[in-house]
Amino acid sequence: MEEATTPIEPSAAATEVGAAGTDAHAEAAAAHAPHGHHGPPTGFIRKYIFSIDHKVIGIQYLLLAIFAAFTGMFMSVLMRLNLTWPGHKWTILETIFPLGAPGGVMTPEFYLSLVTMHGTMMVFFVLTTAPQGGFGNYFLPIQVGAEDMAFPVLNMLSFWVTLVGLLVLISAIFVEGSTIVGNTDFVNNFLGGGGTGTLGPIGGWTGYPPLSALGKVAGPGQGAGATLWITSIAIFCIASLLGALNFITTLLNMRTRGMSLMRMPLTCWSWFTTAILALLAFPVLLAAGVLLLLDRHAGTSFFIPGGLVFNDVVQAHKGGSPILWQHLFWFFGHPEVYIAILPGMGATSHILSTFARKPVFGYRAMVFAMFAIGLLGFFVWGHHMFISGMDPRTSIAFSVLTLSIGVPSAIKTFNWLGTLWGAKIRFTVPMMFAIGFVSLFVAGGITGLVLGQTSLDLFIHDGYFVLAHFHLVMGVAAIFGMFAGVYFWFPKMFGRMMSERLGQLHFWPTFIGVYCIFVPMHIMGIVGMPRRYASFQEYDFLRPLDPLVLLVTIAAIVTAAAQFIFLFNFIWSIFKGKRASGNPWEATTLEWVTPTTPPPHDNFGGHLPTVYRGPYEFAVPDAPEDYVMQTTPDAGEGNVAAAGAGQGSGQGVQGSSGNGHNGQH
Amino acid sequence: MTTHAHTAERLTADDWSGGTFPYHIGHKKLGMWLFIVSDALTFSALLIGYSYVRVSSDQWATPFAFSPSILFSTSMTLCLLASSFTMVMAVAASARRDRRKARRWIGATMLGGLTFLALHIYEWLHLIEEGLRPFGLAQGSAFAKEWTERWPQASPLFGATFFAITGLHMFHVLTGVIYLGYIALRIRRKTHEDVEISGLYWHFVDLVWMFVFPLIYLLSVDFHPAVH
Repeated sequence: MEEATTPIEPSAAATEVGAAGTDAHAEAAAAHAPHGHHGPPTGFIRKYIFSIDHKVIGIQYLLLAIFAAFTGMFMSVLMRLNLTWPGHKWTILETIFPLGAPGGVMTPEFYLSLVTMHGTMMVFFVLTTAPQGGFGNYFLPIQVGAEDMAFPVLNMLSFWVTLVGLLVLISAIFVEGSTIVGNTDFVNNFLGGGGTGTLGPIGGWTGYPPLSALGKVAGPGQGAGATLWITSIAIFCIASLLGALNFITTLLNMRTRGMSLMRMPLTCWSWFTTAILALLAFPVLLAAGVLLLLDRHAGTSFFIPGGLVFNDVVQAHKGGSPILWQHLFWFFGHPEVYIAILPGMGATSHILSTFARKPVFGYRAMVFAMFAIGLLGFFVWGHHMFISGMDPRTSIAFSVLTLSIGVPSAIKTFNWLGTLWGAKIRFTVPMMFAIGFVSLFVAGGITGLVLGQTSLDLFIHDGYFVLAHFHLVMGVAAIFGMFAGVYFWFPKMFGRMMSERLGQLHFWPTFIGVYCIFVPMHIMGIVGMPRRYASFQEYDFLRPLDPLVLLVTIAAIVTAAAQFIFLFNFIWSIFKGKRASGNPWEATTLEWVTPTTPPPHDNFGGHLPTVYRGPYEFAVPDAPEDYVMQTTPDAGEGNVAAAGAGQGSGQGVQGSSGNGHNGQH
Repeated sequence: MTTHAHTAERLTADDWSGGTFPYHIGHKKLGMWLFIVSDALTFSALLIGYSYVRVSSDQWATPFAFSPSILFSTSMTLCLLASSFTMVMAVAASARRDRRKARRWIGATMLGGLTFLALHIYEWLHLIEEGLRPFGLAQGSAFAKEWTERWPQASPLFGATFFAITGLHMFHVLTGVIYLGYIALRIRRKTHEDVEISGLYWHFVDLVWMFVFPLIYLLSVDFHPAVH
């Protein structure tokens, strides 16, 4: 706990001393808080690379996730190509991957390693990293009115550990895909051998033993690549743990005056719930990962049963249970699904309310529903294991608990609809993505009710139906939440607006595209198409699906191409976008009262705001504008913006009566 | 113009309304509690995994004789327990702002931890010498001979669970000793809360052992020792 000794930010209480001066707790808290304060860094490296500013770290996380997302997307397109035109010679493929695609034809092992790398990249380094590490890092401290995270140095470490995890994962590609790198002494002796011509490990993102626990003897893609894969995940676990305890501490301890729990934006609630899930789920995966590494390298047999034969050689391992891995993995894996989707729910609630110009319908119900989803998420892992030979009585219990998640999910969905009901909606790009999130969440979630029933799951398990279900609900929906977040917060993060026109050009092909990809997949799954097969050439009963397979591939290519519109818009807008005002969306929460845009190093220019009201006060009767900032003391007066805000927006953002208490005491 | 004195009344004044630490503890202490929760989950996962393979095995070896194995591990346990006591004294001294005494008691705690580690490593080396391995048993060793006679169906995971779980715990004790050493060295610059936090970690490591000891050692006591 070295990092615990770094000077931490003065607490909210410390800066408020002398304001009211009567709050005994505030004084008690001030006595606890060290009065160290780190000033804004100078110099490029401390400012942009090894920065301890949560805003810079948030952007670093976001860029890492964008890189991983495009890599993962490229891999999914390669997979679609092989599924649609198996055996086709892609000359370019041979140039890039001479081992994995000899003569330009993808080998089945190469395909499986694409599956693994795509899944691992997307789940860990996109879905877990961007919404929490990216937006959570940037906006949680600002939205609760803090100057930084509780442990800024730990925060920096979390990011760099995550980056190391990503680099280790990527290195798996090189040790498996290259005979040169994969046959060095280090790889052969220490990592268990590589250079098998795959693109990486082939065990899938779930890495089921016994194959993943046996090492190179289990075949190509189970040697050094798999070692690096599990190492990468263990590293990622540690990074997430450190991040999670930082988030929770920040949220509990650093809320500014007046920011009671029930005045927090729903985004903060979602990051908080996510952090609790991460704090409780990742240590279990870490333990499982350590055991898997021991199986691979210390000769233990935690996950390996006796009597396995490879190449006519009976393996020495015995006594372990592959099912144990499944239990440990899914005890993490199911909460992980909510780690991916909850921040999207928070961002969606936040954005829907802002552009519907209405308070969130049922704020409290939204909070409790989020917690209910998080809590139930820890008791349903067995629904991933219905076909593992589980006792039917156990599976009924898991089934009932799984289906009960439908209740809080429905509460959230109807509350989103309630928020939109009768509203004069401003159809901005973030709003479109937020509505898209609701649509995808419902479309993907509804099939969860099908899969949650043991009898139905036994039939469709391990097929395209499952694939379509979880891609829609935890993949694409979560990504729509992120897109909504990027378009919504970009003006605050970079001080410029993203192009609305390009945003719409991005939204429509993406929205229609993902439905064209995943709705046909449900049908394929019901017909009986199994997942993780490199091609379906030999299965005559799947031939009639060929037109659908082609449709999905075309849709995937179009959707993937549309993401470059986003990438262009993102990069172009950083430098050339229209200058943003301090509060371009006329939103109410604290990120929109910062004295400058982007916010200064300490977020509020030395004076933490005081909060007087809940986060979504839109359409307040008798208020001069149709929204009231959280920092406005009296609804009958104009909105209070931070003192010293230099960028007049002409949108009624700046306080008209000038009674902002910021900087005025 | 609204003044602060006026608006302050409109703020709810309870601990959770912001601007204060709701649990009346600083960031570092809260962070340590959260770390402990998460670390407890790691150990839980390992202990549950151990229980799982043990219950699902046909037979499980119980090779620890009351004397010397259990007596030895009991003395290890007493070392840790004593070090928890000295840690309590360290925190109490620190609460009285008696930094010299606090440093001495932390030193005593480190001594307890180091004794535990020394005994534990001695025990490991002894077991390895007897033939216990993470992957089972060494061919032709004393253990191997005894086990084939007495527990012919035993799971080879005895050594795996033993070394994995006690090994991770040993790593935690080692980290704790280093952490305490750091606190003791810089005690003049540390607040009372810093000492308390290091105590929290140390007591947690002890508490974990209070689960490891019965589950790994006491449940593996040999009640019917073979007569040689």
